[in-house]
Amino acid sequence: MSANAERPPVIAPGYTPATVTDKISAVVLNKTPKWWYVGFAISFLAAQLLFITMAKLLVLTVGIWGINIPVAWGIDIVNFVWWIGIGHAGTLISAILLLLRQTWRTSINRFAEAMTLFAVAAAAQFVLFHTGRQWLAVYWLFPYPNTMGLWPQFRSPLMWDVFAVSTYATISALFWFVGLIPDLATLRDRSKHWFGKITYGMLAMGWRGSARHWHNYETASLLLAGLATPLVVSVHTIVSFDFAVGIIPGWHATIFPPYFVAGAIYSGFAMVMTLSIPLRKVFGLEDFITMRHLQNMAKIMLATGLIVAYGYGIELFMAWYSGNTFETFMMKNRILGPYGWIWGLLILCNVLTPQFLWLRKVRNSVLGLFFISIIVNIGMWLERFVIIVTSLHRDFLPSSWGMYTPTVWDWSFFVGTLGLFFSLMFLFIRFLPVISIFEMRTIATGDPADVKSKAHP
Amino acid sequence: MKGFIGRLFARHVKPELGTPGPRVSGGELPPHLYGAIAEFANADALLHAVHATRKEGYQVVEAYTPYPIEELNDAIGHGPSRVPLLVLLGGIAGGLFGFGLQYWTSVIAYPLNIGGRPYNSWVSFIPITFECTILFAGIAAVLGMLVLNGLPMPYHPVFSVPRFQLASRDRFFLMILARDPRFRAGDTLRFMETLGASHVSDVED
Repeated sequence: MSANAERPPVIAPGYTPATVTDKISAVVLNKTPKWWYVGFAISFLAAQLLFITMAKLLVLTVGIWGINIPVAWGIDIVNFVWWIGIGHAGTLISAILLLLRQTWRTSINRFAEAMTLFAVAAAAQFVLFHTGRQWLAVYWLFPYPNTMGLWPQFRSPLMWDVFAVSTYATISALFWFVGLIPDLATLRDRSKHWFGKITYGMLAMGWRGSARHWHNYETASLLLAGLATPLVVSVHTIVSFDFAVGIIPGWHATIFPPYFVAGAIYSGFAMVMTLSIPLRKVFGLEDFITMRHLQNMAKIMLATGLIVAYGYGIELFMAWYSGNTFETFMMKNRILGPYGWIWGLLILCNVLTPQFLWLRKVRNSVLGLFFISIIVNIGMWLERFVIIVTSLHRDFLPSSWGMYTPTVWDWSFFVGTLGLFFSLMFLFIRFLPVISIFEMRTIATGDPADVKSKAHP
Repeated sequence: MKGFIGRLFARHVKPELGTPGPRVSGGELPPHLYGAIAEFANADALLHAVHATRKEGYQVVEAYTPYPIEELNDAIGHGPSRVPLLVLLGGIAGGLFGFGLQYWTSVIAYPLNIGGRPYNSWVSFIPITFECTILFAGIAAVLGMLVLNGLPMPYHPVFSVPRFQLASRDRFFLMILARDPRFRAGDTLRFMETLGASHVSDVED
């Protein structure tokens, strides 16, 4: 218990339901800060790169990318898996930590959910555009009655993936929006401008916070959390089936589902950390997103990072233990082959760097955590590159070996989705409450005298 | 116009909303009265007032709070939520739809021999069946919550109370609806003043 007493609080002392409401809604209702315009302009400019690349891709199709036989899945799929994985932390925070009654999730669940939604939106661009002829992809991917009488191949993991990702996108959007309803009502009531009143009023749909409302609302939220929990586990499991069901050495492994899910949560928490550290700073929300949150996220990163490291270990072990020539060769090629340096970087980013999180001093350093979270984001991208490209480029027959180099259009698509993601994120932090106000009210039971006596520099 | 929209939506919802019903016994009711509302500074005061109001014999009562309070729903006498039932039905429908879609397309509509696998490869059909179950159940949870709460409802008489804006900040409100059989225009307001409310007022329809 004494150890608990030393931990930083979930919310700084002295906040009441009234003060948390005013402070969080002020972020939305006050004048737009200058840095916002700069940040949004840069992101939006980067997003234009996506649209330019899309236009070129629609005319010339996927030939503008570096993919070819044998590496037919390049960084388009790397990026897809990376983005989808990032989304997982949002659902984990909002659903699983809700079921586990972790009150510290309250300050970070809203923007983690937004992050999920925007990451899935970014991932969707790759799924859609890697098909090459997007106008035909409709009948490859979706079961709709067409004049050819054809139906998708439901025995394929790629179809499972379509259903998993679209369900995940839908449920994430619903969960996020349902969470927003009471806060939209708060903004409707706080907004001074007629446009704000009407817009937030329409979105709040007439929410009044009656006992009946809250009762149905809480029941629905809890059930959604219960549904989202197995869903989020299923999504990255099914993404891993895209690989594990194939017979390519380096893909065909039973460790894949748990190892992918852990990796997804690992990268997702890294992204939440990367986003929350500047966010709490610029909006002065350090009282709500405290060191406690950062430390807890650091611990989850360390734990999932160790699971991921265990996955790498098992892959190495199985390459030897299976006695399979191709498995052994794949692993040798992964470490010592032409892409070996990427594997080395991966181990540095994903296995060695997070070990610093064992140190209390590092977990207490905002800058250190920010730095490590970015390294982990890069590491998880490299992991997907190693799995996808290195496994494909040298398979069973040396005559069909080849190399893969991403072209400028590969990179512009990726940078474009980063632009899309950050543009959406900037719009979100400007127009919607970044922290769940009504949930903060339940934990803001402080005495206002504490805040007044505490001098703020 | 506002009243029209309010009534349009109010028809779908049961206990809390709607226009004043017929009088059960005596008492004159001003034509445009929806109810009487009292404001409280904290949740304990509200809960205490709810218990006192129920004890006094009022039945058509509603409370408004800035955050969910677990025991309030029972105290005020609303029954259990029907959202879980809708979610269950949604889930069952989704599961049947997901499996049915795959079975029908793979076995009946366009049977295709793929590597000698059975047409009804039910094991391969499980992931999509699962995803559809979650999808339908999740949509049922959200739509069910909205419909049971009578949302969207752009206008409600309670919004005409100026101080009601604070219900989304830090104030707690208790309303006795005019269609409660025990409601008496002046008496109910006076009764609410005895509950320790900081403000009391009529709610116009």
